[in-house]
Amino acid sequence: MKSMPDSWRRETKPHKFCPGCGHGLVLKALGMAMDRLKIADRTVFGVDIGCSLLAWDFFNADTIQTHHGRTVPVIIGAKRARPNLVGIAYMGDGGGYAIGSQHLINATMRNDRILIIIVNNTIYAMTGGQMAPTTLKGQKTETSSRGRDPKYEGFPLRGPEMVASFAPEGAYVARGSVSHVQRLARYLERGLENQLQDRGISVVEALSTCPTNWRTNAEDTWKFLEKEMTDYYPVGELVSPFKRDTQKEAADLETCH
Amino acid sequence: MISKLETKKDEYPRPVEGERQAFMYGNEVVVWAALAAGAECLYGYPITPQNEVMHYWSRLAPDYGGKFLQTEDELSAGFATLGGIMAGARCFSATAGPGTILFQEPLAMAEMMRIPIVLVVQQRGGPSTATVIYSQQEVFLTIFGGNGEGLRIVYSPGSHQEMYDYTLKAFDVAWKHRFPTLVLGDGYQAKMRERVLLYDPAARGMEIEPTVPFVGLPGVPGVDREPAHWRNAFSVEEELYEELEPIINDYYRIAPSLMEKEEGYLDGAELILTGHGIVGRAVRTAVKELREEGFPVGFFRPLTLRPFPGKDLIRILDDCPRLLVVESAQGQLAKLIRISIGGELDHRVQMYPYFRPGLGISAEELVEEAKAILNGKREQKQEKEFSMSML
Repeated sequence: MKSMPDSWRRETKPHKFCPGCGHGLVLKALGMAMDRLKIADRTVFGVDIGCSLLAWDFFNADTIQTHHGRTVPVIIGAKRARPNLVGIAYMGDGGGYAIGSQHLINATMRNDRILIIIVNNTIYAMTGGQMAPTTLKGQKTETSSRGRDPKYEGFPLRGPEMVASFAPEGAYVARGSVSHVQRLARYLERGLENQLQDRGISVVEALSTCPTNWRTNAEDTWKFLEKEMTDYYPVGELVSPFKRDTQKEAADLETCH
Repeated sequence: MISKLETKKDEYPRPVEGERQAFMYGNEVVVWAALAAGAECLYGYPITPQNEVMHYWSRLAPDYGGKFLQTEDELSAGFATLGGIMAGARCFSATAGPGTILFQEPLAMAEMMRIPIVLVVQQRGGPSTATVIYSQQEVFLTIFGGNGEGLRIVYSPGSHQEMYDYTLKAFDVAWKHRFPTLVLGDGYQAKMRERVLLYDPAARGMEIEPTVPFVGLPGVPGVDREPAHWRNAFSVEEELYEELEPIINDYYRIAPSLMEKEEGYLDGAELILTGHGIVGRAVRTAVKELREEGFPVGFFRPLTLRPFPGKDLIRILDDCPRLLVVESAQGQLAKLIRISIGGELDHRVQMYPYFRPGLGISAEELVEEAKAILNGKREQKQEKEFSMSML
């Protein structure tokens, strides 16, 4: 694995994310996928508000940082105007599943030819650790100080499962994790390929870490990601239009670990 | 230069050849003007009374290479429009009432990032859902609605001909100066049919400023060129100020060249009537009739509400400091006037309000009102002082 994908912009590294933040790994996986497909010259990368905005100068790719929850419509507007562009909308779980959820649902219904990446760290991080749609049951945040109570606050939202439940033909839906960067990169690559082949929408959720707001040390951070989050949010492809060669795929993904 | 929507625009016929007389709805006029200006995409959401803009666009535009998307709400419509514009296409949208509220978010982004969005607003009654019919209550929303400084250009046409002329112009001005440019119509104009002369701007020697992509530029970013990184979020206040100051300076530098108005019958006038949009038309008609009857009245009709042509009004009020402000709102135009005339003149000018929020206003009632003022029957000091000082 290269330490730094070619599509990363070296001049803006080290990046601006907190120590232990998963964004750097998601963006590494994305960079690897972009490198493999050689699409940096026709990519429009859109970033949301929240921590994802810190990626506004991350890539050697044309980038638009927009408002909270509005990355999906901005990228759709660009993609529909110029279909040869590769549109990537990058956001957190608040942007994807709360304030921008109408865009996620309608973009999926329309099968817009873009890749939506939603980084799930179970929390609103930039604003200081409030409860997100993805906050786990019992998880303490600044706005669920006694732990998320499903009776009042509902159960955590499984975004890719929701999207998969009505994903149209040609859609690609997956959930990866920063604990398996190669596998996440493969999902993102497939999502992009799906767009390049004009098949349909691609939605990839990436399980990620936020030790700053979780208030966890390295060990507990990784434990929360690999155990609690992964138990509730299973990693894998939910919907794929690609022809399956299960044996090859299993071997392929095995090398990704 | 990026080709239009990656297709050859020449493959399509010109929407308007030469000149053509038509009799049509205001919403249809908007669409023909947009097509004649080379608009390529409309992303919009249904709301009365602007719906026919989408209807006619989705019907007509494909014949001229235009694209359409009905989005899930006005936020999506506005931000998709910004995305399309940043990709280099001439995109626009139309809305009204509560939709204009949702459009403030993309308009604010456009102000910060100098994105040349054109938005047609067909005002309906407010506040809230109110009526789908008509008002002039979206003046302040259109001008100052965002979390910012109102760095926008707002035209208020009064007829279908002006609707055509100024929508065409909006596409030129927006791309030339890269500020959000709005055409403020209303439900009456949207749903009324009247005569209009459609024309090909090129045939009149009018050049519409070409579009320029913000992203998707030629070459490999980081190799052949720098990547285009566009943002509207800043870490520290000085950084924002540094970014904002030149934008504000640009706005006020170009503002004087953008101001437009119509005025008439000023010679010997003892009362000036003013109104904008379709009310401005009633004002002009009333003044003409009053003059024919021998009453000394004149009119002033701002065509740009932002920037407001205050200097012209100051000159007029210097000679005749009595002003009847007419609007289908509770003093939104009157506020603009007071802001722009300001200072000493504000104390000298006697303002008479004729505010009918959400109601249409006819020339006949203005004739009566002006006569009452001129005959000294409209002192009504209490009402006047209340409404004017409480603006």
